[in-house]
Amino acid sequence: MTAAWQPPPTTAARWMVIGEWRAHPARLVIGALAIAVGVALGFAVHLVNQTALASFDRAVRTVNGAADLQIRAATPAGFAESLYPRIARTPGVAAASPVVEIVAFASASTTGTANPAPMTLLGLDVLRAAAVTPSLIGLPPDRSSPFDPDAIFLSRAALTAAKKNLGDRITLTAANTSRSFTIAGILANTGNDQAIAVIDIADAQWRFAQLGKLQRIDIRLAQGMNRAAAMAAINARLPADARLVSPENAQASSDSLSRAYRVNLEMLAMVALLTGGFLVYSAQSLSVARRRPQFALLRVLGLRPGALTVQIVLEGAIVGLIGAGLGIAIGYGLADLAVTLLGGDLGGGLLGRGEVHLDFSAPAALVFAMIGIAVAIASSLVPALEAARAKPAIALKNAGDTTDPRHRPAGWPGLVLLGLGGLAALGPPIAELPLLGYAAMALLLAGGVAAMPFLARALLAPLQNLSLPAPLDLALKRLWGAPQQAAVALCGIVASTSLMVAMAVMVSSFRGSVDDWLVQILPSDVYLHIEGAETAGLDPTAQARLAATPGVAKIRFLRQIPLRLAADRAPVILTGQPDPAASIPLIGRTIPVPAGEVAAYISEPMVWLYNLKPGDRMNLPLGGKSRPVFIAGVWRDYARQFGAITLADRDFTALTGDRTRSEAAIDTAPGTDPAKLITALRQRLGPVIGAQAMFAEPRQMRAVALSIFDRSFAITYALEAIAIVIGLVGVAATFSAQTLARTREFGMLRHIGVRRGQIMTMLAAEGALLGIIGVIAGLALGVLMSQVLIHVVNPQSFHWTMDTRIPWPLFAGLAAALTAAAAGTAALAGRRAVSADAIRAVREDW
Amino acid sequence: MRILLLALALLLPAAAPTYPVVTPGKPFAFPRDHGAHPTFRTEWWYVTGWLKTPEGKDLGFQVTFFRTRPPTDPANPSAFAPGQILFAHAALSDPALGKLQHSQRIARAGFGLAETSARTTDIVLDDWRMKRTPDGRIRTSIAGSEFAFELTLTPSQPELLQGDRGYSRKGPAPADASYYYTLPHLKLAGTLTRAGTPVTVTGQAWLDREWSSNYLNPRAVGWDWLGLNMDDGSALTLFRIRDAKGAAVWAGGSHRTRTGQQTTLAPSDVSFSPGRLWRSKATGASYPVAPTVTVMLRGKPLTLRIKPLFDNQELDSRGGGGPVYWEGAVTVPGGRGYLELTGYQSPLKM
Repeated sequence: MTAAWQPPPTTAARWMVIGEWRAHPARLVIGALAIAVGVALGFAVHLVNQTALASFDRAVRTVNGAADLQIRAATPAGFAESLYPRIARTPGVAAASPVVEIVAFASASTTGTANPAPMTLLGLDVLRAAAVTPSLIGLPPDRSSPFDPDAIFLSRAALTAAKKNLGDRITLTAANTSRSFTIAGILANTGNDQAIAVIDIADAQWRFAQLGKLQRIDIRLAQGMNRAAAMAAINARLPADARLVSPENAQASSDSLSRAYRVNLEMLAMVALLTGGFLVYSAQSLSVARRRPQFALLRVLGLRPGALTVQIVLEGAIVGLIGAGLGIAIGYGLADLAVTLLGGDLGGGLLGRGEVHLDFSAPAALVFAMIGIAVAIASSLVPALEAARAKPAIALKNAGDTTDPRHRPAGWPGLVLLGLGGLAALGPPIAELPLLGYAAMALLLAGGVAAMPFLARALLAPLQNLSLPAPLDLALKRLWGAPQQAAVALCGIVASTSLMVAMAVMVSSFRGSVDDWLVQILPSDVYLHIEGAETAGLDPTAQARLAATPGVAKIRFLRQIPLRLAADRAPVILTGQPDPAASIPLIGRTIPVPAGEVAAYISEPMVWLYNLKPGDRMNLPLGGKSRPVFIAGVWRDYARQFGAITLADRDFTALTGDRTRSEAAIDTAPGTDPAKLITALRQRLGPVIGAQAMFAEPRQMRAVALSIFDRSFAITYALEAIAIVIGLVGVAATFSAQTLARTREFGMLRHIGVRRGQIMTMLAAEGALLGIIGVIAGLALGVLMSQVLIHVVNPQSFHWTMDTRIPWPLFAGLAAALTAAAAGTAALAGRRAVSADAIRAVREDW
Repeated sequence: MRILLLALALLLPAAAPTYPVVTPGKPFAFPRDHGAHPTFRTEWWYVTGWLKTPEGKDLGFQVTFFRTRPPTDPANPSAFAPGQILFAHAALSDPALGKLQHSQRIARAGFGLAETSARTTDIVLDDWRMKRTPDGRIRTSIAGSEFAFELTLTPSQPELLQGDRGYSRKGPAPADASYYYTLPHLKLAGTLTRAGTPVTVTGQAWLDREWSSNYLNPRAVGWDWLGLNMDDGSALTLFRIRDAKGAAVWAGGSHRTRTGQQTTLAPSDVSFSPGRLWRSKATGASYPVAPTVTVMLRGKPLTLRIKPLFDNQELDSRGGGGPVYWEGAVTVPGGRGYLELTGYQSPLKM
């Protein structure tokens, strides 16, 4: 080697990279695929959520007609209309538009379909709306009177839903009243997603039992007005049962609807990406280990250690780049498929089934691609540094484990990381998100993987002194002596197994708890729900009529109304029902109610969202006043993520003045056929309410609820399946790489008389042992991480708790599959390695 | 005259409720008749006039409060029942600007936000007002995005009852009529605010009060109206309702001297000669902005050559569903007032 001939190291490096990939394309493909899967999931989840948020936001803005500010009633009962002139005269308010907003149904008889078409019925003063929400004003083609009490204006979506044309008659039912109108025009500027009907406000008040009441006042502020001052002035005039909502509030409220769900899905995608990172790491480590002599040669030829590091990292970056590009393409396809199949919220049930348009977002694509590349680079960094550190002279000769088998791997880095993970799990939510919980999961994962060499030795140590057949003994000695290589193979298995196990435990615990809860809350034989009964439900006469139906042993009537407690939060559900303490699934103790106070039972999410506990008092904005209630207990509720409050029915009636009821739980008399009873009850409801009535038996309701549950976890199941596949592919890739790298070792063994079959047995045993160690470690780590999911992530994001349930059959299957896969792939790879000519294999060594 | 009412008329469906019919011989009683007559279909308080700024510049202005009664189900107990709709419009004619500035308010009556009184002139429409004080003065204040004013109008003459003691025929049928009185020669003082700067203004104004249930004959496509405060203290009112051919369906008016000697003009006493036409570049309509009118006063013809303060006093309110018309400040030798020309861009429909 003279200074006269300087081979350009980069050229040599390029040859090596290309040569390596040409020789082992599968390694490149697996690494890239692992990254691609993570990036694809992350990007798909992000796209779908953005789409869902955008369409939800559009829906909210459409109904609101883009007012600057809005006053909304705390309950559908509305607030007194006397607020309107007070708001109109508030300094800074340029125009105020009073609105009656109720849910109405286009009657089934006129739509000709089985289900009545629900729509938002707005009663507007067109003269006021013109200055505030012009998009809500219908244009009559013949310029007839906007005050015409017979005229109704429909959005295109409402027209389609009701199967009507311009000029047709349409019958709307709301507040137990039906009324027919002539469709006088179309709301051209409301988009195509929202079913909206607009009539004159006076007629809406009169015909639908809203006299004296408004649900909304839309506000346009004067130009150049100090917004904060105007808002303060308006707030000062609001009664207890009205809230000032700004577009930002509305956005926050709609954002909060799906925020936790969204962030959790994105975190899951990131976890998939992390698993991909481990696979890249293990592939790169093996590839580096295999090429150690080549790198040493390069070093001897004059390549600097830094340049070597750069080269290996570059390899990782190229894998990452290919994976990220692939991932973005797959992610878009996946998002498109998910939106088409599951709807805008991935089956989360948070959004209606509106039309969703998927938009490709270039900045988001770039971010996710960068994350994928960064993970690939980071995963290559450790092996790269290791290769650069190796002494060229030794590395040139030795292709095995560079660490000394007598050196005990340290356990403390793993323990420190696990300890930090435990600490992070105790942390509070940040910005109402369990960010520390996720950090805890990542730390636990990292700790578990870091502890693997130590753990592998610890687990194998008891087996060391057993007298075993030669192949098994060889396998044991090999694993014990080369713990780093074992750890490389293990980290992929452990990472994917533990994540899979954590998710499985969480989902099975959740599903089990929901199932138990459903049994608890559905003790009766038949349930009745009146759809769209926010404005008014069954009146006392109708209730009496139902109670007197033959076959009804006992009937309990309930009333549910949405109640807006804060402007920037989704409304909670207020329920009035007989004897709540006896019929709701209470958790923890209840507190005796002081004499003269009203008992309220809050659902678990309220504890988190409104910072309440039993024994506290809170104010309910009902009937124009703030009504103090005493919180007597907390109950478990998986149905309403944004909170629910239950009152005894007489308290509910006293506070709201509302004697109507929207649901009923019916116990049948012995020997009654529920189907016949339902028919009889439906008849007694009459055609108007009958069309809005939904009957169900608990069995059906449970089935429906669990199918909704399963649908909303469909994406989770998909992620799990993908994690399993990644794990198995990782195992296969790792083993085949390691086995192929040991051709010389096998040649040597053959030389000293070990039979081919024995080598195969040794390899299978090695694989099985690794698989078992990986599964044990993965299960332990997974159960640990599942506890973080159950006790930290879920309560902090969804505000409910659940009882842990271990899915043993799944665990057993998982353990068997992983062990078998590990042993099988190791043996398969071994066949190839062993089939090589023993002499040539040994010669390769010299 | 009073074309903006058309925008409101469009709000009325064909099947109208039964409105009172305007009949002759019904004596007026003040201040009761300064107030609203809510059973009639339409009504207005229409002020036009000239303002003088501290720099001595002349501006024309107009401010009108309209009331209409759309058909509603009287059984509807809702406070929002649109029993009465109030509409107000204000415009400013500044020759330096070369075009009109205007502003408006509209609301259904109720909640104290839009109200009239049946006892005297006392109108509230959001932040716009017109109120008569017991001493007979009328205060009005309006605020738009380009200008705002607060004016006090002080009568210097008694009410001028148009037509037959206030019964003013508008068409060939006796029912085509309105109750109509005028307060000419109102002394004006107040404040005009433009671009945030208030200035004191003085001037002279004219108030038309009219209420009716059946204003326009079906053959009519437009009308011309003229009100002049003459320097000698006399007041001249002229109107002409035109058919599609430009011929008068009806015409009329009045002349009253400073001393109160009043002449009611029959259709045959009034003739309009179009004179110079001004063509609007914006709408394409041509208006006789400088007509010559001749009236027969006690057997003697009085000919007046009208000169606009400036040509472009056209108002296009089609954006708000209203008509295109010309209404502006005009002078004649020895007098000044307001001229309204409607139906020149397209026939008015009612």
